[in-house]
Amino acid sequence: MAATAWNLKAPRSRTERGVSWVLLLCGLMSIVTTLGIIAVLLGETVAFFEEVSFAQFFADTQWTPLFAQKHFGVWPLVTATLLTTTVAVVTALGLGLLAAIYLSEFAREDVRKVLKPLLEILAGVPTVVYGYFALTFVTPLLQKFILGLAGFNALGPGLVMGMMILPIIASLSEDALYAVPASLREGAYALGASRLSAIFRVILPSAFSGIAAAVILGVSRAVGETMIVAIAAGQQPRFTLDPRVPIETLTAYIVQVSLGDTPTGTLEYRTVFAVGMMLFLMTLVLNILAFRLRQRILKGHGR
Amino acid sequence: MSTQALPGSVPPPRRAHTLREGMGFSGERIFQALCWVAIVVPLFLLGVLVVDIVFDAWPRLSWQFLSSYPSRRPEQAGILAALAGSAVMIVLTALMAIPVGVGAAIYLEEYAPDNRLTRLIELNISNLAGVPSIIYGLLGLELFVRAMQMGRSLLAGSATMALLLLPMVIMASREALRTVPHALREAGFALGADRWQMLRRVVLPSCLPGILTGIILSLARAVGETAPLITIGALTYVAFLPDSLSSPFTVLPIQIFNWVSRPQVEFHRNAAAGIVILLLLMLLLNGAAIWLRVRLQRRYA
Repeated sequence: MAATAWNLKAPRSRTERGVSWVLLLCGLMSIVTTLGIIAVLLGETVAFFEEVSFAQFFADTQWTPLFAQKHFGVWPLVTATLLTTTVAVVTALGLGLLAAIYLSEFAREDVRKVLKPLLEILAGVPTVVYGYFALTFVTPLLQKFILGLAGFNALGPGLVMGMMILPIIASLSEDALYAVPASLREGAYALGASRLSAIFRVILPSAFSGIAAAVILGVSRAVGETMIVAIAAGQQPRFTLDPRVPIETLTAYIVQVSLGDTPTGTLEYRTVFAVGMMLFLMTLVLNILAFRLRQRILKGHGR
Repeated sequence: MSTQALPGSVPPPRRAHTLREGMGFSGERIFQALCWVAIVVPLFLLGVLVVDIVFDAWPRLSWQFLSSYPSRRPEQAGILAALAGSAVMIVLTALMAIPVGVGAAIYLEEYAPDNRLTRLIELNISNLAGVPSIIYGLLGLELFVRAMQMGRSLLAGSATMALLLLPMVIMASREALRTVPHALREAGFALGADRWQMLRRVVLPSCLPGILTGIILSLARAVGETAPLITIGALTYVAFLPDSLSSPFTVLPIQIFNWVSRPQVEFHRNAAAGIVILLLLMLLLNGAAIWLRVRLQRRYA
């Protein structure tokens, strides 16, 4: 929005006006995409709920739309998603926050410049690679220590997903910590605070919104993550909070149906969009929450 | 992302006056060590991942693997079709995503008035960036595959990918545009250029390295994307090279996914070998981004 500063003259030539219209159209593409997503999900979801009632969707605890005996209770998919997400966030939260504190408070500038991009590599590894790692390395390793851990489970992929979202939490939290004004730190030190109490009493609290936004974005990524859970968590919708047994997340269900040859327009086909709607709404709420929190930091710091 | 400390006044935290003696020197040392461990552990795990995969892949890495089509017999299978599919898809995706993405970025940075529509577009872009990629797959399935009747083709896949990349390209390009000093723009205007002339002759050349770097990095992300392409129905078994835009196709990550999903260990080795190729490809793109940035920075500096 820096452009407004010298928005002094109206467009002079026809080219100028034409260009600004074309560029506006490019900007509107993003809105069109969002409307497209909403229209597609809404259209098929409405068609889905014409055949399946809300009660069947939200009150049943069995999900078997591909079997002869059909049940459309979405809860097994939702609990599975929450389960893998919880494992991932528990893994990533502590480590990510400590890593952020290290980068922002302890690391020398040159060390920080090397470590931060290195850590961000973790977020750039294709998720199908993480899926392979979870299935063929992490789960077999865990099976040596945890009795009753199935080959497909929520724990292994959850841990690996934690590895994936760790740099998101670390990097965004570090931005928030780094953005804490120097005057606050100096104020704390001037009052005789040690480094630790400056971190815990002043810097962390004043970066809180930013850190919360980072964690929420991490959660949102974990909820929408597909390949890790599709490969390593199984394809068995099960209403459970046991991380040792095969389950099926919202995303894994979409993959399962996409791989099969479900004819378009059937009820089975529409379940995918109803599940997709569920997923979209969950991540939307999280993203808006994170966006609001980050807006607040920008305003709060006088920008 | 702002990396410099923000100046400005902030109300002091409420309990600032209660800070006095902390936990002492040793407590600080221990905490610092803990923080250091929190960085090293994930990096160590990344190392384990790479070593594990290269170790699994080693017996399968050969010219035969690169130049063969998939097969029921794991030792004869290869990734030729997937490699070709990935390459063509990336080029098509770039052709679609770059003009629109850079255009939108220029609009938002240079033209957009500060009004509701602009704020809506900005909010929308940051939301889109957070939409799970599989949702884009559902959009592509209904919009490109069905409504526009492209079928499960290379074109439909690339178009879906382009929509997915759009927010990333826009954000990276805006970041690059912001690095151009205001003085340069004012100098352009002072010479009598109108806005588009000024942008084309002054601003865009000087931030081209930044824009290109951002674009290549987004494309590297796209090479590794799997879920949206599975959703639009890219095939998992393709024994031919794509010969037109409407040709069915597969890409590297889907081929890898297909091999991982099989129970036999021999196919897992193929998956590992495929992953090595995929990671090399991404490394190559990232390297190209860095090389380009250094080279162009020198020329325009």
